[in-house]
Amino acid sequence: MTLFVASLLIFAGTEWLPGDLASAILQNNATPSNLAALRAQLGLDRPIAQRYLEWLNHALHFDFGTSLANGQVVIAEVAPRLENTLFLAAYAAIIAVPLAVGLGLLAAIWQGSFLDRIINLLTLTVISVPEYFLAYILIHYLTVSLGWFPSLANVNTVTTLAQRLYLTFLPMLTLVMVITAHMMRMTRASILSIMASPYIEMAYLKGLPTWRIVIAHALPNALGPIVNVIAINLAYLIVGVVLVENVFVYPGLGQLMVDAVTKHDVPVVQACGLIFAVAFILLNLVADVVAIISNPRLRYRAA
Amino acid sequence: MHGIKNSTLDMRGPALSRRGFLGGSAVLASGLIVPQSALAADEPVKGGNLRLGLGGGSTTDSIKPGSYNDSAMISVAHALFNGLVEWDADGKISPELALDWQPKDSAKTWIVSLRKGIPFSNGKTFDADDAIYSINMHRGKDSKSGAVGALKEITDVKKIDANTLEFTLDSPDADFPYVLTDFNVLMVPNGHTDWANPIGTGAFVLEKFTPGVSISMKATGHYWKPGRGHVDHVDITIINDATARLNALISGQVDAINRVEPQAVALLEKAPNLKIVRAPGGWHAVMAMEIDKAPYDNPNLRLALKYAVDREQILKSLFSGYGTLGNDHPIPRSDPYFNTELAQRPHDPDKAKFYFKKAGLTDPAITLQVSDAAFNGAVNMGTLFQASTGNAGIKVNIKKEPADGFWSNVWLKGPFVASYWGGRAAATQMFTSAYKSKANWNETHWDNPKFDGLLAMAQATTDEAKRKTYLWDMQSMLSNEGGAVIPVFRDWLDGSSKKVGGHTPHGGYDMDNGMICEKAWLRA
Amino acid sequence: MQLLGHKLGWTATFGIVVVAINLCLMLFAPWIAPHGQNQIVADAWLTPNSQQWLGTDDLGRDMLTRLIFGARMSIGLALSATLLCFALGVSTGFTAAIAGGWVDTLLSRLVDLLLSMPLLIFAFMILSVMGTAIPVLILTVGILNSAIVYRLARSVAMGIVVQDYVEAARLRGEGLGWIMLREILPNAAPPLLAEFGLRFCFTFLLIAALSFLGLGVQPPNADWGSMVKDLSGMISLGSSAPFYPAGAIALLTIGVNFIVDWLLSIQSRGHGEGA
Repeated sequence: MTLFVASLLIFAGTEWLPGDLASAILQNNATPSNLAALRAQLGLDRPIAQRYLEWLNHALHFDFGTSLANGQVVIAEVAPRLENTLFLAAYAAIIAVPLAVGLGLLAAIWQGSFLDRIINLLTLTVISVPEYFLAYILIHYLTVSLGWFPSLANVNTVTTLAQRLYLTFLPMLTLVMVITAHMMRMTRASILSIMASPYIEMAYLKGLPTWRIVIAHALPNALGPIVNVIAINLAYLIVGVVLVENVFVYPGLGQLMVDAVTKHDVPVVQACGLIFAVAFILLNLVADVVAIISNPRLRYRAA
Repeated sequence: MHGIKNSTLDMRGPALSRRGFLGGSAVLASGLIVPQSALAADEPVKGGNLRLGLGGGSTTDSIKPGSYNDSAMISVAHALFNGLVEWDADGKISPELALDWQPKDSAKTWIVSLRKGIPFSNGKTFDADDAIYSINMHRGKDSKSGAVGALKEITDVKKIDANTLEFTLDSPDADFPYVLTDFNVLMVPNGHTDWANPIGTGAFVLEKFTPGVSISMKATGHYWKPGRGHVDHVDITIINDATARLNALISGQVDAINRVEPQAVALLEKAPNLKIVRAPGGWHAVMAMEIDKAPYDNPNLRLALKYAVDREQILKSLFSGYGTLGNDHPIPRSDPYFNTELAQRPHDPDKAKFYFKKAGLTDPAITLQVSDAAFNGAVNMGTLFQASTGNAGIKVNIKKEPADGFWSNVWLKGPFVASYWGGRAAATQMFTSAYKSKANWNETHWDNPKFDGLLAMAQATTDEAKRKTYLWDMQSMLSNEGGAVIPVFRDWLDGSSKKVGGHTPHGGYDMDNGMICEKAWLRA
Repeated sequence: MQLLGHKLGWTATFGIVVVAINLCLMLFAPWIAPHGQNQIVADAWLTPNSQQWLGTDDLGRDMLTRLIFGARMSIGLALSATLLCFALGVSTGFTAAIAGGWVDTLLSRLVDLLLSMPLLIFAFMILSVMGTAIPVLILTVGILNSAIVYRLARSVAMGIVVQDYVEAARLRGEGLGWIMLREILPNAAPPLLAEFGLRFCFTFLLIAALSFLGLGVQPPNADWGSMVKDLSGMISLGSSAPFYPAGAIALLTIGVNFIVDWLLSIQSRGHGEGA
């Protein structure tokens, strides 16, 4: 249902934009005659509703059509890019999630300590720098000055896994830096909010060390919001990394969608939009389930 | 570099200079006279993999001729296909797949003979039917090509024999061969429609094409143009981010890039293994007023704005000085018909104030519409324009338009819009595109019978002195009365590694007007 | 040092000083700045010197002046957009958590819908159509961001709603608004506050990203995000120019979040301990 409404919205949104595909393709080479010819060939002269229903009918049969701009089959165009996007997202997440939760726990256990402040200061600094600027800084030092990593993550189908990990190291590092701070701070905040509860006082009174209280008593109860923030950040890794892809020339979905939106290539926009929507819904479902499992009271209420 | 080409090239056709072509006599271009000794030091080397990092590519790109409007596909297309006429780096034209051209009926009809025995990559030999098919792709009501405007003057193209064509034009055009240099007008086999598997006569064949990501091509190994097609393989990576492109070149991940940011030129020149390829050309920024709309219908206001704009400042700030000042007409200094006697209009706030007062307008609402969709820096140009007119007491509002839909909803629609023009091979082409009264892209609504008459006369005559008088007059008319404020002409700035040879400055477009793949070689 | 009866650490003091300075800049920009915000004072790309303390930008405008005026635009925009998105997100999130049932389902699906589209691209579409006047910018960014706040507020409130004291309030027959304000908000404050600190900074970055697409703050107005964007390429050329606006954003982010941390620490320690 959500998917259906999302597809409708994306379609309407693309229609709503001021330009159209024909003019986006021809730019300043447009004349009234070649504009009209191109519009007719692309079928842009037919009513919006008719075009949407046709698209929907095909999509229900898993036929996403061909790109209006270059005539390639949409699935063939999207699939390798989806793979790239998921690869980079997984690469970054495997490192960032444990790192963020770990740092968050450390900061919570030693709240107010020097360590806590350093972690906070570093993550806050990193997070307040736009991602593309962060990428430029990394490239400037790690590629141009030191020559350790390539700045072009131009992977293709024949790239081996080892090469791929090496080529995508800098984009991965950029993304890790971007998402760690958010997740780390939420972990810390959620734990601290639990630490004020009576049962934690109780645990203190029993003489348990802080780290055990945090891990054994506070963490399970703070899991809901933490998982939620992780889900949002994972969704960002799949959906929102356009600028990082752009800087590192990484062929992911984000760049494809932005190009398609600017050119009004509706079938491609729709396919990307649907993938993003599915990814998002799945991640949230997982987050909700984890939150429910971790909190017995919610479990009871949900039942 | 054209010297290398011509010295070895078997081109029996007229390598025409702009001043000599009309008689049809085989006047050879000055390029032939380059002494052999100058070339010996830098002979092209065979082989190697040329890696290019190009801005101006998109996931919506296609190989179909007529669909190109940006750098990446222009370079790819010129590696795969050939045109009929080549626009040389020195601004002249020379035969490519056409061997020779002769005007008839005072240049209203053109007989073009084609080169014989040139094979396509599928083995078929190029002939007149292929040429007619390739030309007609850009003509007629159903054409979706970006070259429709350029080829509009062709009313008919006929086959005379297997290797001869006859073009009929709607009016005389002595510069017609220049029209055939359009980067969209390339030769493909008759009836070809499978653009995922392009077939051309170029130096390379397509290996893999991922739109907006990368393109790889390998040499056919038997290119028909002598002295061209040196490298075995070309890998193009689309890098749209200027900083990323620069970093890729500096760190040696690519051999050459296009569109170096002007601020970065100093840095690149300092690097021992890199060089800048700088080409003054016809690319110019325009702030176009529609002269039939108030308040821009007031000639004194137009003059006031032309005096108020600080051209030096725009050139320095936007392009770090890599360009030349504009004089409110679209003909670049590099053009042989550039009016050298027309004084450069200075930045003169007092004169601006004078003409503004003379215009007698109380608080005219002047709003300049800008968008970086027009060109990177258009918004900044607007900001500078606003500041300098402000100094002359003229209030200008700047409206930043969204990039999306700029070319369809703002350009040619708004009364005062910042845009740009790429260079045209011939001055008459530039005037026909944007200043002729009935031109599709007449963004200033310039409608002047005297101007149209001069243009028609310039296109119809073969007399050099007369052409010069006509074209000079047209430039001063536009400069003094026209609706376009043309502050600067920008140079094309490419960057390449010093091991790349044959990367020639070309005023037509970046990357050697898209000819880089067949012209460049790699030093060992 | 003490404030409102609570001890201020050096971090909190630092945070308050930074925020105070920024507020001053925001309120008194025209009087503090050495030049007009669009005045071209010298050549482009000057390095810092005695006239232009931080050098000049790509058009030869004084960097320091642009930074000071940027504070006004950036903070004003980010603050109003963030406040709007919290007002919206928190109220709907709590409503969903307390009411449950179809209200929750409806709101949650609606939010899923909003979130399932890439924020940047969605904002891009809306702003392309609606234009880029500042109120539209605030509304767009505020509403789109409120979806994220909604999810957080809902998940936090869900944990609280099932606590005994809320059940008790419900049984007493208290209204929705009362439960929201008196029972849930105080207990949900810490994660929400932490989110506020970050969301504020993300709003800066979103606006910067929008100006990347030509839809952010309109020139010639200065704002930090677009300044970073305009100058960021200069890093490869060894210029320090992009670090000034980036540093300003970082400093403010750190300041705001240090204050948030301080508030969090008061909450987690309880009143007795903190004093």
